[in-house]
Amino acid sequence: MNPLLECEKVTIKFGGVTAVSELDLHIREHELVGLIGPNGAGKTTAFNLITGVYQPTAGSIAFGGRTTAGVKPELLSLRGISRTFQNIRLFASMTVFDNVRTAMQGNRAQRVRDALLRGKSFRETEARVKHEAMELLKIFGLDEACDAPGKSLPYGDQRRLEIVRALATQPKLLLLDEPAAGMNPTEKQQLMELIRFVHDKFGIAVLLVEHDMKVVMGICQRITVLDYGRKIAEGTPVEIRSDPKVIAAYLGKEEG
Amino acid sequence: MDWFLQQLINGLALGAIYALIALGYTMVYGVLRFINFAHSDVLMLGAFSAFYLTPIIVPMLGAQTVWTALAVILLSAAICAVIGMTIEFLAYRPLRKRPRLTVLITAIGVSLFLEFTGQHEKVFGAATKPFPTLLPKRDLIFGALHISSNDLVVLALTAVLLVAMWFIVQRTKIGMAMRAVSYNEQAAALMGVNVNAVISFTFGLGSALAAVAGIFYAMRAPGIEPLMGVQPGLRAFIAAVLGGIGNLPGAALGGIVLGLLETFFGGMPGLSNYRDGIAFALLILILLFRPAGLLGKLQMEKV
Amino acid sequence: MMRGKEQIFLLVAIVVAVALSFASGAFNRYYLGIAVDVGINIILAVSLNLINGHTGQFSLGHAGFMAVGGYTAAKLTLLYGALLPPAAQPFLFAAALLAGGLVAALAGLLVGVPSLRLRGDYLAIVTLGFGEIIRVIFQTSDFFGAATGLTGITKMTTFGWAWALAAVTVYVVACLVNSTYGRGFIAVHDDEIAASAMGINTVRYKVTAFVVGAFFAGIAGGLYAHHKLVLKPDGFDFVRSIEIVVMVILGGMGRTAGVICAAVILTILPELLRGVAEYRMIIYALLIIGLMLTRPQGLFTFGKKGGA
Ligand SMILES: Nc1ncnc2c1ncn2[C@@H]1O[C@H](COP(=O)(O)OP(=O)(O)O)[C@@H](O)[C@H]1O
Ligand SMILES: [Mg+2]
Repeated sequence: MNPLLECEKVTIKFGGVTAVSELDLHIREHELVGLIGPNGAGKTTAFNLITGVYQPTAGSIAFGGRTTAGVKPELLSLRGISRTFQNIRLFASMTVFDNVRTAMQGNRAQRVRDALLRGKSFRETEARVKHEAMELLKIFGLDEACDAPGKSLPYGDQRRLEIVRALATQPKLLLLDEPAAGMNPTEKQQLMELIRFVHDKFGIAVLLVEHDMKVVMGICQRITVLDYGRKIAEGTPVEIRSDPKVIAAYLGKEEG
Repeated sequence: MDWFLQQLINGLALGAIYALIALGYTMVYGVLRFINFAHSDVLMLGAFSAFYLTPIIVPMLGAQTVWTALAVILLSAAICAVIGMTIEFLAYRPLRKRPRLTVLITAIGVSLFLEFTGQHEKVFGAATKPFPTLLPKRDLIFGALHISSNDLVVLALTAVLLVAMWFIVQRTKIGMAMRAVSYNEQAAALMGVNVNAVISFTFGLGSALAAVAGIFYAMRAPGIEPLMGVQPGLRAFIAAVLGGIGNLPGAALGGIVLGLLETFFGGMPGLSNYRDGIAFALLILILLFRPAGLLGKLQMEKV
Repeated sequence: MMRGKEQIFLLVAIVVAVALSFASGAFNRYYLGIAVDVGINIILAVSLNLINGHTGQFSLGHAGFMAVGGYTAAKLTLLYGALLPPAAQPFLFAAALLAGGLVAALAGLLVGVPSLRLRGDYLAIVTLGFGEIIRVIFQTSDFFGAATGLTGITKMTTFGWAWALAAVTVYVVACLVNSTYGRGFIAVHDDEIAASAMGINTVRYKVTAFVVGAFFAGIAGGLYAHHKLVLKPDGFDFVRSIEIVVMVILGGMGRTAGVICAAVILTILPELLRGVAEYRMIIYALLIIGLMLTRPQGLFTFGKKGGA
């Protein structure tokens, strides 16, 4: 498998705080990787670096063999990086359907003339987009709620909708930031199965942040562990489970 | 050189007035995160308070002295403090949890209300009224340099007020509470700070400063009228943004900078007509290069 | 091809406007004048709604765009009106309005660019500043009549022109909003970070909103010039901008139908209050405060948010 994401010695500082320090992170195509670590370890910041929200203070990031330095988030999205947010960021005044539809338009915006004349091709593209969006929503059981305001959904459904929205950009790499936060164990298990299903069906790479070790161990092929912005361990679930440094990082610190 | 010194003094005096007004904008922004459009009209009310108080106070205290002037200024400041707190209580407090835009529009409504009410013939009337002499004015002449004693008084009093403000905000309990509310309202409330009282106090303080500034402004202007607050209010608002809104030293600095710029550009032949435009153009340029103002810190949004 | 309900609305609205315009002799001139004001204010409010409501960029400079359009159009008809035969006058007027709209759109581009770096109150003050700069330019330019402004403008704006163009504005805004453009605008309004993470070019949508909004404000300015027949720089100060903002907010920010109603009511209201002329503006101000305190979501909550 080809390398997809290559982070080399990536560092970012906010004033005095080094949130991520010399992080090496490699993800190959169609890999399912877990990113774990205590609160404040720098996981979300790593996501922000990969998606171009922040620029690293030092180090380099490449996606699909091309550097992402100075590239804006929307262009990285078009290149194939998509994400969800730890603190849900749905489009608050849009319906469930429009949330998804909006994410689909990045590289197929209509022309002004078509939008104004509303001709045949305009209506056809609208219909096609609608069909595709509904297919995605069906996978996550959200198609029934398509006309409800996105923000009116139950919490767990909002997290699922964010995943659908991220998938709608047709990513090669999907970053999920604590997608199961706030769910009970059964819901969590269902969500993980869905993630595995999506990972297989669309053939995409997934980087998953999740606190529940059991869950992460269950579905990830490889796990990277962060603590205080540094990578302290990397390997298969079996290796990570028995790594003394990981155990130390989690001991005495509350999970979650 | 004389021309330069002359403009410098004029500019500093004007800038000092802007600074006083800007402090009110910035303090309110600090605690409530919105631009109090009605602030410029409180300034006008300060000038009108002095206008109506002077003929009452002067006979009461005998003759016109520094003390009558001080009494008029203090009383006007007190009146405006009460007005400011009342506005906050009636119009802004019920909207505390609403979007900032709602509060901004309400503030615009309050501003229009004060202006139009002031223009009504049974209130102040729309015509310009001559402002009474508070202090006997003398021109101090140094060679070609004419310095109005009023300008010096304005500068000195502003300096005193700025120091007092610094003291209140940095060294008193209520000042600490203001800073706490400004930093994080919820946390401050949890720590036992009476947020309503702090916000009320902030409005009172800002409005008192605006009243003083209004009187100083009126002393330099040809007269007073109900819309007199609009122009200096707008300038002070720019000054507050220029300095980094929410930042007290920034507001003072912004006011001085704006006063100087305006005086120097206004004094240059051919440019005076463009004075207003130039003030705004500079503001835009500065914000483009320093979007958080001169002393403001740009906060990276936490994602 | 003309099958969508949007096109039908546009056709009907234009036909009705023009028909009423031909019948205008039958109406009281005073009411007709107010009706034209209403049409112009609908254009202003609906176009500002695109910037402030749908896209969430708080602009306080709409009167500036209106001034650019008004002065451009008026100058053109003043220069060329006398040279052309009567039959050509409507075409001259149309061209002048279009030119006014285009020059205003250019100004919108200039203002839209800072919006890329600034948010909220900062953007508000910069747009306000642009509006004031524009006013100062007209006020100091002899070509545009300096402080006295332009006078002797020919009456060309009729009820038909104003309402037909209002219909066009509503149509264009509604079509844009119900397309990928509108979804881009609303995504920028809702959450810029999420929008850019989903591949939305936020810069492009912000600038588009400003340019389109300014274009129609420019058209409204041209109509206004040929309705009032005098243009004074003072008429385009920031109080004018605020009046338009109030219409948008009362209309429910982003709800085109509500904004139209607010424009109608706020134009007629001052006329209704003529009986108590001296208290008129005081009541207007109290109304703004009262509405914000009691119905901050806007007076009208019908019409779907984001939709038409
Ligand atoms: N924009 C920012 N400004 C300042 N500090 C930040 C910013 N973003 C993250 N941090 C800091 O970086 C560290 C890592 O945070 P984060 O990446 O959110 O951790 P995690 O997602 O692993 O819980 C924390 O100490 C946090 O306070
Ligand atoms: Mg996190």
